Amino acid sequence: MQTKRRVFLKGSLAASAAGLAVGAGLLSPRTVLAADWPQSAFDTEGMDNAMDELFGSHDVADSGDISVKAPDIAENGAVVPVTIESSIAGTNKIAIMVASNPTPLVASFDLMGANPFVSTRIRMGSTDNVTGVVQAGGKLYKAGKEVKVTIGGCGG
Amino acid sequence: MSTIRMRISPAGDVLDVKALVRHPMESGNREDKSTGEKIPANYIQVLNVEVNGEQVMQGNLSEAVSKNPYINIKVPGKKGDEVTISWTSNTGESDEASQAA
Repeated sequence: MQTKRRVFLKGSLAASAAGLAVGAGLLSPRTVLAADWPQSAFDTEGMDNAMDELFGSHDVADSGDISVKAPDIAENGAVVPVTIESSIAGTNKIAIMVASNPTPLVASFDLMGANPFVSTRIRMGSTDNVTGVVQAGGKLYKAGKEVKVTIGGCGG
Repeated sequence: MSTIRMRISPAGDVLDVKALVRHPMESGNREDKSTGEKIPANYIQVLNVEVNGEQVMQGNLSEAVSKNPYINIKVPGKKGDEVTISWTSNTGESDEASQAA
């Protein structure tokens, strides 16, 4: 009886401490927002593993309906312009990946009404394929384009 | 001054949005040459795009996106619609800007 009372008291103390932490702003909404960012997918090495983390699968088919535009030769790997466009119906996610970078996932874009088109500038460590991975109707498709990198853009 | 600059070109029912964000996008791999110490990672993680207050895209970026990120996207909308872009970095910093098409 006595021990149970102890346990109960300890439990309620812990619960109220958590409540206090929220109240004091220690667990701010910003922490919640950062949780939206797929940390594990960005931290993972290897294309297949990163796709597993981001999409839940790496069962991906080559597709001619994805266009990946990038230069043939990039003098500076720190700034490589990449444009990915998909004409696959129901495209809801576009990811840019570079297999030979320390972590292959460069960026992913969740489309909630935006057109399946994205253009940005990325860093590449060495000559490699830039791969665009597209999710549409729960399936994965990909296309790639080789970019020769003269000076890598990861260190410095 | 805002770190976000954008140019919006309406074309029919689509807005072509070009955005440039002033941000160092430090990877955490670079060393400060004078001290030999590593420069801590500081890069944008989440970039949200809204049209008239409704979210149309969430971009998840990483340290492999170039310094001063440039993003070009196409979103549904017409002339006069308000486009809002906001970002949050791994260090918890953030910024937001709005512009009418």
